[in-house]
Amino acid sequence: MAAGHVAASPGTVARDGAVAGAAGRTSGGLLIAGAVVLVLGVVVVSAMVGPAHLDVQGVVRALVDRLPLVRVDQTLDAGQASILWQIRLPRIALAVIVGAALSGAGAAYQGAFRNPLADPYLLGAAAGAALGAAVVIAYGAGLRDVAGTTAVPFAAFAGAMGGVVMTWTLGRSVGGRSAGTLILAGVAVASFLTSLSTYVMQRNVETIREVYSFILGRLATHGWDEVQLILPYVVPSLVVVLLHARLLDVMSVGDAEASSLGVRPGRVRGVVVAAATLATAAAVAVSGLIGFIGIIVPHLVRLLVGPSHRLVLPLTMLGGAAFLTAADVVARTLDSPAEIPIGVVTAFFGAPFFVMVLRASRRSLS
Amino acid sequence: MAGAGTVARSPADLPGITSAAKSGEIPALSRNGGAALLPSAGDAAEPGRLARGRDVKSSRKGLLVRHTSVSLVLSASILLAACGGSATTADPGGDADTPAVAAASEQPDAAGADAAGVPLFPVSVTADNGEVTIPAAPVRIISLSPSATEILFAIGAGEQVIAVDDYSYYPPEAPVTDLSGYTPNTEAILAYQPDLLVIATDPGDLVASMEGAGVATIVQDAPADLDGVYAQFETLGVATGQAAGAAMAVAQIRTEVDGLTADLPDAAVGLTYFHELDPALYTATSQTFVGSLYALFGLVNIADAGSADGNPYPQLSEEFVVEASPDLVFFSDTYAVSAQDILARPGWQDVAAVRTASVFELDPDISSRWGPRLVGLLTTIREAVMAHAAAA
Repeated sequence: MAAGHVAASPGTVARDGAVAGAAGRTSGGLLIAGAVVLVLGVVVVSAMVGPAHLDVQGVVRALVDRLPLVRVDQTLDAGQASILWQIRLPRIALAVIVGAALSGAGAAYQGAFRNPLADPYLLGAAAGAALGAAVVIAYGAGLRDVAGTTAVPFAAFAGAMGGVVMTWTLGRSVGGRSAGTLILAGVAVASFLTSLSTYVMQRNVETIREVYSFILGRLATHGWDEVQLILPYVVPSLVVVLLHARLLDVMSVGDAEASSLGVRPGRVRGVVVAAATLATAAAVAVSGLIGFIGIIVPHLVRLLVGPSHRLVLPLTMLGGAAFLTAADVVARTLDSPAEIPIGVVTAFFGAPFFVMVLRASRRSLS
Repeated sequence: MAGAGTVARSPADLPGITSAAKSGEIPALSRNGGAALLPSAGDAAEPGRLARGRDVKSSRKGLLVRHTSVSLVLSASILLAACGGSATTADPGGDADTPAVAAASEQPDAAGADAAGVPLFPVSVTADNGEVTIPAAPVRIISLSPSATEILFAIGAGEQVIAVDDYSYYPPEAPVTDLSGYTPNTEAILAYQPDLLVIATDPGDLVASMEGAGVATIVQDAPADLDGVYAQFETLGVATGQAAGAAMAVAQIRTEVDGLTADLPDAAVGLTYFHELDPALYTATSQTFVGSLYALFGLVNIADAGSADGNPYPQLSEEFVVEASPDLVFFSDTYAVSAQDILARPGWQDVAAVRTASVFELDPDISSRWGPRLVGLLTTIREAVMAHAAAA
């Protein structure tokens, strides 16, 4: 499979060795700083555009005013300011977090399983989350309000965890330790869970639109609630993944070799997968199923900087944040004032782009 | 002040139109935003009622009909229905008041002649699927459209209806089964041996299958406006031999509508509104049936500015809705949100309707169907307009 060459070909591992040097560390730092600037730039631009007519100067003044020790006169009226601060910016923040979580989780799964096709969708996490959400939306009339917020995120979370545990258990029971077996088990689990959620939807047509919009992905916000809800899960998860970057690099040579170097592959894999699943579940819980980010962004980053996880993981998270934020600008504005489901945008731009990446990488290898 | 939510009405509150005369279905739904890919039903039904609808009429009467001379046919029908996934309600014998008359559908009924005894059938009517010929007065009607069910009962054809779909839980005497109007099962329908089928949309080749089986089928999707509703009443009246009942029902609705849309305060003209189908801000433009009802009051739909692509059920951006600042907000997804939720939405505090607490709950069924109960919806809209005018 062509995709296999992108991540783990021996030729690129050699390149990784060069990056690990002192010079590489400096350029790596520059790359990460550049990616941070990119994310900030996308955020600022996306704060300026949207269906509501907020003038650019007014938005800039409002943003600058929030910087420490800076005060400027405001040109937005109260209503416009509340659109900016309570509707547009929370949504942008959510896009940044969800984008980082999904793409970072994708890169983590790919590294942990040494499988370029691993992503939240292939391990049953997303399908499990969708089933959990569909069940609560359809049947959970009494569960809808838990601690002041809807129960959907919690059900999605439980479903995602259940999906990954099922995949993990099934994969181990049939094929031992092969990463390929795990992916196949994930495909089976995802299909099974998807059939259940489709059945639930068919039986409850009155909620089908809600479920449907969940499946297509949406960055719907209720003020800053969603941001506050998922930050405590996403940030620690991504930090855990980042802290394991060096170990994932060691493991990229193979479990046996990694063991001989003193790394415990099974344990590293378990921790990284658990953290990535937590980040995925949190993201899916509030934003539904936004496809392709977990596979496109890591591959693109690897194509640019090579396979070292110490660079790939942070750059993927930043790149995913920028990509989803930019995609949401399209979702908000292309049909304005109507919305386009964000999952449609990411797949529309993501799928052809992914094919281009694959073709380019095959050429460079041959 | 117009207390948010106080305008909501139960069907029992509806003015005029007595017990049997109420009906409707779901214009919005059969074409909502997601409709292209899935059997759309958005807010087709309120969940509590759904449960009730499903549980009603699940008695197994298969045994009762064994003694009829057509038991073989019936057994086969039950078997077929079982295969179709509706075993518990496959009840070709019909309800207690419609004793087993399987294979008797050719028999003329009292409805088959006019007052002078002149036969009215066969008749031809025009429906969404073209001209439909009904050879004899139908006595085994199946309605898979909640709106059509309400209309059939409103025009006095209720006695001829033997089965309705799982969302047709109004009026209460409608013989609810677990037949589906969204994913209709041809075999399950034929097991009832219907002589007339009424549906809102043909999801595929249902009409062709039914015609192949010799069952006259009328397709009636959401109409464009009130005149379209009246035409559906009249079509079903002719098709069922209840033309006089249909004319009476239409006349009564016309009178009610005229009364409700008369004597509006000057302040009401040009008020803007947002019709929220669900909290994801799906809405209906004024090109829709429900939009045509708001237009009767001179209300202006904020979604019209956003329907450049012609989608009558767009999903609006939240910031667009807030910036448009509608004077009135009507919402029908009472399952997911309350007026209090909408009033408390972050960033909505400067929306005109929120400032004046002009947020009104609609019955999810009535606001998504077309039929006799549209009068109740118009009553809600009028009360909202009057309350806003009084507060202004």
